[in-house]
Amino acid sequence: MRHVAYALGLATAVAFAGGASAKTLNWASQGDALTMDPHAQNEGPTSTMNSQVYDSLILRDSKLAKIPGLAVSWKPVEPSVWEFKLREGVKFHEGQPFNADDVVFSFQRALSETSDFKNYVNSIETVDKVDDYTVRITTKGPNPILPDQISSIRIMDKEWSEQHGVQAPQNYKEKEETHAVRNANGTGPFILAKRDPDIETRMTVNEAWWGWGVSDPKTNVSEIVYRPIANPATRVAALLSGELDFVLDPPLQDLARIKATPGLKVEQVNQIRTIFFGVDTGVDKLRHTEVAGGNPFKNPKVREAMYRAIDIDTIRKKTMRGMSFPAGIITSPGVHGYTEALDERLGYDVDAAKKLLAEAGYPNGFKVQLDCPNDRYNNDEAICQATVGMLAKIGIEVSLNARSKSIHFKSLQNKESDFYMLGWGVPTLDSHYVFSYLAASKGSWNFTGFADARLDELTTLMETETDSAKRDAMIKEAWDILKASNVYLPLHHQVIAWGMKDGLTLPIVPNDSPQFRTAQWK
Amino acid sequence: MAVDVEPRRAAASDRPKAPSSALGRLLDSDLWWSFTRSPVTVTAAVVTLAYLLAALFAPLVTPQNPFDPASLVYADAFTPPAWTEDGMARYLLGTDDQGRDILSTLVYGARISLLVGFAAVLFSAVLGISLGILSGYVGGFVETLIMRTADIQLTVPGILIALMIDGVVRVQVGGEMDEKLAIMVLVVAIGISDWPKYARVTRGATLVERNKEYVQAARVIGIHPFLIMLRHILPNVMGPVLVIATIGLALAIISEATLSFLGVGMPPTTPSLGTLIRIGNNFLFSGEWWITFFPCLALVGLALSVNLLGDWLRDALNPKLR
Amino acid sequence: MVSYVIRRLLQAALVMLVVAFVSFSLFRFAGDPVNNMVGQEATQEDRRELRERLGLNDPFPVQFGRFVVDALQGEFGISYRLQRPVEDLIAERMPATLELVLVSAVLALITGIPLGVYCGIHRDSWVSRALLTVSLIGVSLPTFVIGILLIYLFSVQMLVLPSFGRGEVVQIGWWSTGFLTFSGWQALILPSITLSLFQLTLIMRLVRSEMLEVMRTDYIKFARARGLSNRAINFGHALKNTLVPVITIVGLNIGSLIAFSIITETVFNWPGMGLLFIKAVQFADVPIMAAYLTMVAFVFVSINLLVDLLYYAIDPRLKVDRGTAAGRLS
Repeated sequence: MRHVAYALGLATAVAFAGGASAKTLNWASQGDALTMDPHAQNEGPTSTMNSQVYDSLILRDSKLAKIPGLAVSWKPVEPSVWEFKLREGVKFHEGQPFNADDVVFSFQRALSETSDFKNYVNSIETVDKVDDYTVRITTKGPNPILPDQISSIRIMDKEWSEQHGVQAPQNYKEKEETHAVRNANGTGPFILAKRDPDIETRMTVNEAWWGWGVSDPKTNVSEIVYRPIANPATRVAALLSGELDFVLDPPLQDLARIKATPGLKVEQVNQIRTIFFGVDTGVDKLRHTEVAGGNPFKNPKVREAMYRAIDIDTIRKKTMRGMSFPAGIITSPGVHGYTEALDERLGYDVDAAKKLLAEAGYPNGFKVQLDCPNDRYNNDEAICQATVGMLAKIGIEVSLNARSKSIHFKSLQNKESDFYMLGWGVPTLDSHYVFSYLAASKGSWNFTGFADARLDELTTLMETETDSAKRDAMIKEAWDILKASNVYLPLHHQVIAWGMKDGLTLPIVPNDSPQFRTAQWK
Repeated sequence: MAVDVEPRRAAASDRPKAPSSALGRLLDSDLWWSFTRSPVTVTAAVVTLAYLLAALFAPLVTPQNPFDPASLVYADAFTPPAWTEDGMARYLLGTDDQGRDILSTLVYGARISLLVGFAAVLFSAVLGISLGILSGYVGGFVETLIMRTADIQLTVPGILIALMIDGVVRVQVGGEMDEKLAIMVLVVAIGISDWPKYARVTRGATLVERNKEYVQAARVIGIHPFLIMLRHILPNVMGPVLVIATIGLALAIISEATLSFLGVGMPPTTPSLGTLIRIGNNFLFSGEWWITFFPCLALVGLALSVNLLGDWLRDALNPKLR
Repeated sequence: MVSYVIRRLLQAALVMLVVAFVSFSLFRFAGDPVNNMVGQEATQEDRRELRERLGLNDPFPVQFGRFVVDALQGEFGISYRLQRPVEDLIAERMPATLELVLVSAVLALITGIPLGVYCGIHRDSWVSRALLTVSLIGVSLPTFVIGILLIYLFSVQMLVLPSFGRGEVVQIGWWSTGFLTFSGWQALILPSITLSLFQLTLIMRLVRSEMLEVMRTDYIKFARARGLSNRAINFGHALKNTLVPVITIVGLNIGSLIAFSIITETVFNWPGMGLLFIKAVQFADVPIMAAYLTMVAFVFVSINLLVDLLYYAIDPRLKVDRGTAAGRLS
């Protein structure tokens, strides 16, 4: 297997040794995808990488509107049954034909124990093949947002998966290594040519992609080469010097410089991602520090005090260079259920915060550890550092534990954090996604210990409610409950900025996931 | 690393009479004369002394304690140096991304650099001298073991050993260390690599002293010969030890900065010079040059001054090369 | 002769065994290997079973023996972070590091020796004084500062040289080389200068002091008395005599070049072993750390052994004390 990889590497290296052709697209970001297994990790950069190679039944365009993908059409045939007509004549990269068996297989795979995409599909009862190009999905109750959810479920080839023993997703938490981790066989616009994690990932254009001239005009990019560059200064230097054509996450402080550099431009859009802190109200004692009287986060006054002590406007001005919008809830404009009224923040007020803290029985504050990623969100570590200073002003002594995202997320999932930073995007563009992951008592990313029976009930109800007015009321009620609890201290909605060469057209997408199939060189 | 140890050992042990005290020897007219004759050395000494004093009295000479998060004014972050258009008089060299006064941070950062440097040098000197005397005095298998280990260790670059030790501690604590632990780990990690140099020098001197009559005599009056030897050998090896220590100090300061730059040294909430450079490096292209420029300058200034002192000491104590 | 060689080989083997022991202890005791492999939900039963399967319940010497046997076959387990066999990861990244080190060593030699010779001959000229001072500044400048400076000047301000990566590489069997492409050479320039500067100053200072020593010997005085030209004396006699220790040091310093490449690789995002190692330290990825330690130690021990044997071959009188040579060079 290693030799195959080398041989492939040799082929591509020789083919492009003659110098960078204008049709190659070199790009970089701070951290690599965690795996190429399309169902193992529900994480932004991982999905971005996988979506170049794998298609879903339903794709998103650059405005995130749903467009036909491997399914040409879909409609509900009964309240809880959706029927999908599949595209004919599509082939996987290694030549296998695409049909209904692959769809059934992929959904079962996404539903299996080691999948990280279960929450997208857990409303599904069965997936049935009607004929080779028709599939019916039966849900546990009526599910109006199923098409939104399954746009994140990527389709693999059944034969290939069986041949390579990857019928189940890689068990990421247990560090499993499977064939699908470094190899991919999708139907997508690009073919994985070389995957060298942490060093280089090469994808060549799939000339035979079904979508050319159907969903998008044919790209003139022949190859995309990705290299992770963790150091922000190196990353921006490489863009400025022309070695890179596209940088997904140029440091915010360098945007002005990039704009001012001839031949480079910055594309900007509000991102569907909100950054916030979470506190664990569930444990009786903090894990990392000793606080007299048990877990201070159990007291709502403490949470409000911390909220009010954060000067988000100054964070916006200084650290974010204006590239953020202060948030009142943990989801962004563009997500169904978001309203400006909900997004109102509690005012920044140090004196009130001190008073609240004193009323809660902590006039002299307490000590706590803040866990932060340092390579995931825009200026994540700097925001945390600033928070350390702001909380110090009301007497809370914070020790900062900044680490790489792969350690951070694993530690969160193992429930090892008292106070942590997290960011959340919403691929389904519906508030239900937020509740089911972050607020429901069994939500797999709810590390706050927050459990509210009514909210759990609402979350379940909105899965099957088809009356949109009623459903909207449920979403509103759920947001009010979550917002009042202050178990999440919202910070801001991110703004995406991509840096690229003037000659490159690559429409910016609000989920920060570039669609290289739309890229065009001038 | 470019320390030329061997000739010095010869030079030191050639000296027939043991001077009365280490200080007396330092101010030995020969040395003092060569010192005053070299303006570069005098400058280096003055600069080093200034660093030392500033670091020692950091709270008195700085307008802000950058390690106390409550004292920072975050709204003042990214203020350029005072003499520029947007500068503020309060922040002579400007502020960093967290609103820390650069000047204060430099002083506190240099304090960590010097603390780690001195402690590391002390650690390796104590370890090296003890092992050197031990191997010279006991001889045999112990000597072979110690000196062979020294040989092997000298071929392994210190930075690698330091990274290894840091890595092991990181495995044990599982992630980021707090600043006290970080300092201790840095001291041991950096200090451990230099002991063989001290060990060689003291072993040589011990071999000379071992069979002298006073050592035998000490036995008779019931004092442990080890203590006696320590007292007699130390002055003899003072010269070379001082040279090794001075150059070791410069190396330790650079090593600490390097480790911090690599992100495995001091945490960003209590930055040393290396951490500051790492942070500032992110703002090099956006025009906030002062965040990385001044720490670089301070680091190079400190390392260069100490290196110059070490260089001069080596030449002064090794007349052959003059 | 034979007995000497055998003794040295045994010594080298012993050193490697000690290093292997350190690596093994790291592997075994720094953090529970089982905890590093399973998730939180794993039951006690799972853990016990894994423990049994990994042989962690065997007696200590048995475990160590197994580790040594595996290491001899180049097997160091699976990286915690990248989830791939460590030996594959190292094999993939080794060419990048070795090419960088090679170019840097050559660069340091071809500039360091002439400068050192010059300073040795014209010991009192202002040029050599200036060179010495500059070299001291060079020693005081941390590698990463030099790297940042070079990137800022040549990649950002002048836009002439790449600031990261290896450029295009060509795959020859399992070896990937940047020597065969233009962009590969371009990418080498800044990192190799950064890495070589420290060694350059070291070689220059060493050649200078060796030259000074040699120039004082009777041998040179006689040559002068015989009326040989300065040129013949300087290069024919003096330099020739200084070269043996210089070559030795450069050989021994290959090891420290490999170690210092950790820093250079970090600054330039050079995809070599150093970058792999520093990430392993940051992520507490023990298998990679253990393998890197063993491998670098192996390189050191081999070079030392080679140098010793060469010394012995050239001049049997030198066999007595090699430690001395290492001491002055470090």
